[in-house]
This record gives sequence, structure tokens and C-alpha cells, in this order.
Amino acid sequence: MSERPFALTNLRLIDPSSGFDGPGAVLVAEGVVADVAQGGDLGALSPDVEVVDAGGQLLIPGLVDLRVKTGEPGAETKETLKSAASAAAAGGVTTVVVQPDTDPVVDEASVVDFILRRARDIELVHVYPAGAATKGARGERMAEIGLMREAGCVYVTDADRPIVNSKVFRRVLAYAKAFDVLVAHRPADPWLSAGAAATEGEFAGRMGLPAVPPAAEKIMLERDLALVELTEARLLVDQVTTACGLEALQHGKARGLPVTATTSINHLSFNEIDIGDYRTFCKLDPPLRSEDDRQAVIDALASGLIDIVVSAHAPAPPEDKRLPYDQATPGAVGLETLLPALLNLHHDGGLPLLDLLRTVTSRPADLLGLPAGRIAKGAPADLVLVDLYAPVVIDSDKLLSKSKNTPFDGRRLQGQVITTWVDGRAVYRRG
Amino acid sequence: MTALDAGLNAVLGRTFPFPKRHFLSVLDLNEVEVTSLLDLADGFVALNRQTSKKLDLLKGRTLMNLFFENSTRTQSSFELAGKRLGADVVNMSPRSSSISKGETLIDTAVTLNAMQPDLLVVRHGSSGAASLLAQKVTCSVVNAGDGQHEHPTQALLDALSMRRAFGRIAGLKIAICGDVLHSRVARSNVGLLQMLGANVRLVGPPTLMPAAADRWGVDVFHDMKQGIAGCDVVMMLRLQLERMDGVMAPSQREYFRFFGLDREKLAHAAPGVRVMHPGPMNRGVEIDSEVADDLSVSLIQDQVEMGVAARMAVLTALSARLDNDR
Repeated sequence: MSERPFALTNLRLIDPSSGFDGPGAVLVAEGVVADVAQGGDLGALSPDVEVVDAGGQLLIPGLVDLRVKTGEPGAETKETLKSAASAAAAGGVTTVVVQPDTDPVVDEASVVDFILRRARDIELVHVYPAGAATKGARGERMAEIGLMREAGCVYVTDADRPIVNSKVFRRVLAYAKAFDVLVAHRPADPWLSAGAAATEGEFAGRMGLPAVPPAAEKIMLERDLALVELTEARLLVDQVTTACGLEALQHGKARGLPVTATTSINHLSFNEIDIGDYRTFCKLDPPLRSEDDRQAVIDALASGLIDIVVSAHAPAPPEDKRLPYDQATPGAVGLETLLPALLNLHHDGGLPLLDLLRTVTSRPADLLGLPAGRIAKGAPADLVLVDLYAPVVIDSDKLLSKSKNTPFDGRRLQGQVITTWVDGRAVYRRG
Repeated sequence: MTALDAGLNAVLGRTFPFPKRHFLSVLDLNEVEVTSLLDLADGFVALNRQTSKKLDLLKGRTLMNLFFENSTRTQSSFELAGKRLGADVVNMSPRSSSISKGETLIDTAVTLNAMQPDLLVVRHGSSGAASLLAQKVTCSVVNAGDGQHEHPTQALLDALSMRRAFGRIAGLKIAICGDVLHSRVARSNVGLLQMLGANVRLVGPPTLMPAAADRWGVDVFHDMKQGIAGCDVVMMLRLQLERMDGVMAPSQREYFRFFGLDREKLAHAAPGVRVMHPGPMNRGVEIDSEVADDLSVSLIQDQVEMGVAARMAVLTALSARLDNDR
């Protein structure tokens, strides 16, 4: 399906992969970026090109989100691939990696294939599945990592569940390395974390909530780093959220280990006090941390210690959230708030736009070897036009996600998506 | 005018405009409100000792007891308090109702709310459950214990017992001992007693102490003798037996040796010390029978009596607030 070529002119163009932030123009034809003019104008255009004056608005590469959950297959009341894709398009996220902990678990090639076919039929954003590292994500026996890789999974992970048995995890790392498959792992000591609903400290103590000490993250992360050293396999650390975890990560990176780390937008935006009077929308996994930890995570993002920011999109319907705090399902939707919340770190925190956007575009794309995440000649035309200064009040009822569990409800942020293109097709336009 | 009416008037003279719709946490209260509630409860104590105890302050009102956790004394205390004030009292036991068939807490609450109760007394095993209910119903909610968070009427009755025994609370040295980590009684008591000017300490093994408890404005001790040294009140907490046997403490006998209250340890407290316990007691685990049963030091029986009066005060105050809403 070939659409009419179009040119976006009078842009503020930000392309983290080339480090460019300045005026520019882009020509899109046949689903790819046909030409980019950084700092200047496009040359003479053929008359069938539709020229759009963007009025100085911001054009960025479509976001690549490495950690998204939907309820499909198995729990479609939470979220379908289609509703998640609509939410992603509205949030400027053009590539999502869905987590394998569905029902059935994505632990064999046929389920990988199912998700890829469903995503192709939906025709909104790029959807790639992550496969389970172990069968049933139970942490006992290796899943068919090679076959899933062939079918199109982009990395393997047991999602929220740490692989407790070190022997199993060592074998997963060593085996995956042979197929050049990236392994993602949640650093959380399972015994310290068992039953916890909050982070240990003054707040959880006063509120009478079962809590996990921050050291649980560090303990598992240090084990993982030791196994990376042993196997020399690539590891994606799935959400570092504590100062002590960052310390372990720093040591690992200083030793030159092939480690990449993510954090979630929630842990950059909230601390445990936001739980307030037991707001279950703020119940997350890992739980929200202290303000000191949040500041450490922001610093680590600024310094580049943390490479990638994820939405950690985890839809939960009211029946899973309108419960006493310790019984509620953890998680928050995030596809539609990832970009404005990240921009908030620029508006309020003064972090450079280029650095912030790199963590959600070229870095995750490069990690997975995807051509997306950049505005370069020949790259897929996954683009987002952003009104950088438009104020927005997040209203959970207006989210396109099937589940509305956002801790950002009522938050005032700045930055709105005007248009999202995937392969040159407009998949979202601000109403 | 009978003798009872004279007592009634004395009590009613102590009613005051209570500004809250719910009674969820001691942190929602201020010193004036607490003092007024204690004064009111004092009046009910006298009334409760008369032969004819029935009042009609809550006439026409419906009180629902919704206890998701087993409780003998708190539930019967609220039931008696409601009945003595003239309310219709209904006890719901979720164990035998649809809550065990998968209905959520909120669905149950909304269903009960549709029956138009005026006061809903809730006990639930999850911290924050009472506050969650209060957001979803139109009646007044009384927190009768939510998980490990708060048990505010217990703190009120404890304060009443102490005030009657010592004539004051300000300046008292009070040691709260035992399983502070899992104790809603401890959390409510710390908040309320500090508000009333007491000097509060927490005593227990590190495994049973919440993280950063030293930031609650209390002194934390892991040595019982040091902890209760010079204290006017020693409040023991209940320790669930399944938390022994190497989980939170190595064994019952080791726990009793170091953290159980006996005469020897109590000798370190101030002269005239009084011993309290929210019940039910594990005799020989956290408290020695010799201490528990010594009426010259034990306030444990008083606490039960004060429980009915304190809850009558809370129900009266909330009901008066409901009248004002009309």
C-alpha cells in the first residue's frame, strides 16, 4: 500500500542517534525516510509531494518501548494487542516489545508467531514478542530459545519472575549467547521480596505494609553480574530502581561487562509517598522507592549508567485494583504517558532532550538491532510530531488502554503528541 | 427524672460537635477531639456500672459489624456499645456469606451500604481496608483494625484506662513491648499517646521492629530491662505463636526469657507501674500469669471495661455528626 509521499518542513528535528537537535525537514516516501535535511531545506521536490509546514514543532523518532504487557492471549479483559497498539500510537510509541507472561506463556515458536500475525493484522505499531527464558516462565527448564528466535522473538525474559536457580540462569545465559539472543532478567531476591507490597522504610512501617528492603535488588543483580562475567553473555537488567542496585550496576559496567540497564518511567516520576492513603494505582512491581532512590535513578539516567527507559505498561482492570492494597495486582499502564512524563524530566528537571529521548529511541532499537529509533535516510518512517510545550492534564478516563490504571491520573505534564506515523502511515492524530 | 437520667444528662453534657464522618486513624484526630472523646467515655463508664444501662442516643440507627477476621472482644464490645446506646446491631460474618464465594470487599460493602446502615464497623486483615471502604459507602465507617495499620478505638480505650489510673497521660513514660512490626495496636497507640504528651518507647527484638521505627519519635530498645526502666506503663503486645519457632524468634522459651514480662523484669519499671495488654494473652509467652493476674499492677481487666465505654463515645460522636448532616 503506497501512500502519497509527504514532506514535513519547518521542524525542530531531534535525532538522538546522530546527536542532532536543530531546524530541519524530512521527506517520507514508500514508508521510509527518503531524505533528511538537518539544519537546511530539502532540495527541489517533485510536484506530487505533499508539503506540510509543521510550524516549528518538534519531530522525533517513534519511541521504542522494551517492556509492555497486554492481556493477549489469555486475559483480553485487561488489554488486547489492538487496544495496546492504539494506546501506543497515541503515546508516540511506534515499536513495542510485549512480555511473554501471558496465558499461554510465550515459550514456543507458535505463540511467537501468533502474536506477530495478530500485530500484522492490526496494522498500527510494530509489535515484537519477547520469549520466555524458561518453560512456562517457571524458572526450571530452558524454553526453546533458538526456535523462538527464528520465529521472531527479540529477546528472552521471564518478565516479573526472577530465575532463582542460579544453575538454570547460568545455562540460559550461556545457551542464549550461542544464538546471540539477549536475556533480560528482573533483579529481585525472591525470598526478601515474598509478599511485599512496598519498600522497607519509614513509610511502609507507618502504613503497616509488608515490605522488601532495597537490598533485594542489589543481591540478585550482583549474582546476575557474576554469571554474566562467567558466561560473557549479554544481559538486559530489567528495571534498576534503587541506589544500592545502581551501585552494583556501576561496578559491573566498570568491569566492562556486556550489560544494559532499564528503569521504568514510574520510578523516575514517583516515590513511595505517592502511595498516600493506599492508592493501589501506585502499587507497582518493583514497588515505588524512597525519594533518595528516585533521585539516584534520575542521576543515573543523566549520567548514562541507566541506558533505557521503559513504560512498564501493565494493564490491570478495576477488579484487580479496587482491592485492599496488599491484595491488589501490581502494575500501571504507561504507553500514553511515557513521552509526556519523560519530557517532564526536561521541563522540570533540566535534563537535555537529546539524552532523554535517546533512552527511548536509538538505544533500545540498537540493542535489539532494529532499524527504527532514528530519523535517517532509509530508516522506517516511524515519526512523532510533538507539541513540546502544550500543557496536558492526564485523565485516566480518556486513555485508550482498555485498563485505566495510571498513577499519573490528574497529573499536570507538558508535551502532547500531535501526529504519529508508522512506516509513513499516520496512525494517530490529535483530535 | 430517675437516677439514670441524671447520669445521662452528665454524659450528654459532654457531647461535642465531632467534625469527622469516619473513625479510621488516630492521625485524623487532634488533641481536643481526643480529650473530648475521653471525657465522654468517662461518663459512659459510670453509666455502664448501673443496673439499667440502656440509652436511646442511637435510637433508630443501625450499626453493622463487619468482621473479616475473628474477634471476640472487639466485636462483642462494639455490639454491646451499640445496643446500650439503643441502636439496632447486625453482625455480619463474611466467612459464611458471599465474600468467601469470591465477592470483593468493595462489592460486599456496596451491597451492605444499600441496606442503609448508619454505622459500619469493619475489621479486615489488610492495611488500608477500612479507608478503602470509607471511600465507597455513604455511612460512617469505624476502623476496628485494618491489617497491621491501625486500631484506633483500642488506642482510645488504652488512653482512657491510663488516664483513669494516673489522672493524666502527659508526661507518662510508656513502653510498648513485643511484636511491634505486625501490631496495629502499637501504631495507633504511638500516634495517640504522643499526641497526648506521653513519652513512648518501643521494646522488642529487631526482627519484630518495623524499619526506621526510631523515626516515629520514639526510643527503640532491644533489651527489655533497659526498655522498661523507669516506665509508668508497660504495654505488652500479642505475639502470634506461629511467628515463633525460628521464624521471628528462635523459640517460645527463648522469647519469654528475654522479652516476656515477669516480676523480675517488671522490677526495673517505675514504682506504681501498671501493666496493659490488648488481649488475648499468650500466658507464659509474652506475659507471666503472675503479673497478668495481679490486680495491683494489671490494667488488663479495666481495658476490657473501658473498651465498651470508649466505643460508645465514638459511636455517639459519629451519630451526632450524622444528625447534623440532616
